Amino acid sequence: MTAEPAHVLEIRGLRAGVAGKEVLTGIDLTVASGEVHAVMGPNGSGKSTLSHVLMGKPGYQILGGSVTLDGVDLLALPTWLRARAGLFLAPQYPTEVPGVHLQEVLAEALRGRGTDGVGTARERAAAEAVRVGLGTALLERALNVDLSGGERKRSETLQLAVLQPAICVLDELDSGLDVDGLRDVARRVQAAVGEWGLGVLAITHYRRLLVELRPDRVHVLVKGRIVASGGPELAAELEETGYAFHEAAELAGRLPVPDDPG
Amino acid sequence: MAETSSGSDGAPERPHHAAGIPERGIDLSTFTADASAALAGPAWLSRRRTEAWERTQLTALPAESEEVWRYSGIDSFDLDAFAPVPAGTADTATRAELALARSVAGAFGPRSALVVTSQGALLAVEELADTAGSLTVAGLSATAEAPPGLGRLARARDGFGELHDAYLADVLQVTVAAKARIADPVVVVHLVAEGDPAGPAPAVFPHTVVDLGTSAEAGLIELYVTPPGPDRTGEAPGALVVPVTELDLADDARLDYAALQILGPGCWQVALQASRLGRDATLRSFTAGLGGRYARVRTDSDLTGPGGRTSLLAAYLGTGNQVHDFRTLQDHHAPRTESELLFKGAVADSAHSVYSGLIRMRHGARGADARQTNHNLVLSEGAHADSVPNLDILENDVRCSHASTVGPIDEDQRYYLESRGIEPEVAERLVVLGFFSDLAGRSPFAGVAGWVDEQVVTRLGDRLFPLRSSDG
Repeated sequence: MTAEPAHVLEIRGLRAGVAGKEVLTGIDLTVASGEVHAVMGPNGSGKSTLSHVLMGKPGYQILGGSVTLDGVDLLALPTWLRARAGLFLAPQYPTEVPGVHLQEVLAEALRGRGTDGVGTARERAAAEAVRVGLGTALLERALNVDLSGGERKRSETLQLAVLQPAICVLDELDSGLDVDGLRDVARRVQAAVGEWGLGVLAITHYRRLLVELRPDRVHVLVKGRIVASGGPELAAELEETGYAFHEAAELAGRLPVPDDPG
Repeated sequence: MAETSSGSDGAPERPHHAAGIPERGIDLSTFTADASAALAGPAWLSRRRTEAWERTQLTALPAESEEVWRYSGIDSFDLDAFAPVPAGTADTATRAELALARSVAGAFGPRSALVVTSQGALLAVEELADTAGSLTVAGLSATAEAPPGLGRLARARDGFGELHDAYLADVLQVTVAAKARIADPVVVVHLVAEGDPAGPAPAVFPHTVVDLGTSAEAGLIELYVTPPGPDRTGEAPGALVVPVTELDLADDARLDYAALQILGPGCWQVALQASRLGRDATLRSFTAGLGGRYARVRTDSDLTGPGGRTSLLAAYLGTGNQVHDFRTLQDHHAPRTESELLFKGAVADSAHSVYSGLIRMRHGARGADARQTNHNLVLSEGAHADSVPNLDILENDVRCSHASTVGPIDEDQRYYLESRGIEPEVAERLVVLGFFSDLAGRSPFAGVAGWVDEQVVTRLGDRLFPLRSSDG
């Protein structure tokens, strides 16, 4: 059999903004089944914006470019159809949904994909809970409510594994995780790459996620565009030199500034 | 800081127009002295009714201009559309009434007694558990003397309160002896039938008094239900129900309580739930407001003994042109008392809800802790929710918090569920059902969460669940 990838996410010249400000100034990226891409960048480079624009979160404006999954124009679809088309986002801060159980969500999500919801969701979730180290009691608890940061990320990984999307976007999956948690979720994602050819776009600030989850390509995101791409060695290099080199002249104006509440 | 009114909102009320005689008492074209006097019962009860009827002549019906009736729409209430139910209309439950009561009570598991009232009259006490006298459940109309508990806590003297006392048909008295532990709840089904649209609608006045002795433990579930009747159309009122429930907990007593209202669409309800907690007593209360045209519940909880704890939960859902109107008072008299209030509701179509609540910390309530939270989901553009939390703090060393929200389904929650590939309608359904089950899951009784879920699904119907499949 051949090497033609099953699925391809293609981002071409993507420009997007929020609140009238252009944040992504032209992104080009291609992620195919079985590939792991890491997008690394400093605070404020547009990492989270990229993840939300891909998933279609309300409040972001597309200013140009295209995103397709297997040739389907994702930008023309509402969020839920992007997910049905095979895209999955594990957000940096998973939302609390009071009174809605994780198990219920998985059942509805699978039913929407034409898989028998309840029974399948139950079996898969129970098995995956063990693999990602999430207590099975949490399957019957409200989504992300009263969960620690680490539990939330294990839960995201569990949902990813149960739903088996073609391509996933992981937005700072490592944040909130301790060393054990980081190992568990990274291993699970890496295994999925082999199991069903998951394509991974891992957005991260630090290299620590990329020890167990081995990227094929590393991209550096600065000021809303990819300024450098390379192999895994680029991640190691970034760890030593920081982003300063790539940020170059903009650095002075780009020191991390806390959100101004007023 | 927001204004806090110290007096009007929930205190035992003086007659309206307290400075003098009102220009005009309640217009009683149908609620006559004769109709009151004709009701059956022992002498003390007749006397009590007559005195109350005389007070109606000095008491105006409430008006929306009063703080405790603000936003209620009560000015459009027309008492002339209603009439008291004549004496002797019914004194035993029919087979159909018993069957209906058993059917609605069935959702809540084992019980220590099943009580049926109809149009305010006590018809049946069935299935009374053998507790060697620890639990008594009985009507009062045959007793020779006025029971001391009647009216002890329900002191509100507004026009509806006086009407209640003037036309009170019967009183259900539930007494639990000191130190007794009654495992299963007493279930009371109040049947409120809507009248023939051609005539005046029946006005009914159920009254329940619960007395828990020192260290007693028990549960009580009251259901307000309209039996199936002729299809009603238009705006003609179907019935007026003015229920009063008094919950008196002696020191160290524990009561679990639920008031579940699924009245018919033509019913007007003006309810009062009053509780008093002695030292270290615990009340856990859950109220559901689902039916009715206009349904008001006033909940007053008096924490009079040190260390008493009250938990007041409520869920409400309005569709069509329903109005739900909740007024609460967490009244801390004593040190180290705790109260927690969480009311959650949703309105759709052109429904309207009001939540107005007061935490009062009186002198002497040192170390007391009170929380008050009200969340409202507004599901349609034409629907509306008012939320008015208030604090009245007269003691220094206390903790109080209040929070309220009014808004549509949370955009982030919907987006998060949609990002899992769930279609918008189903995502909304999950969020709305979750909104209620988050609350109902904390009800003191098993069975309430599932019951609320079922009610919400049925009542929202196509508004929210066009894609609902039957295999859930």
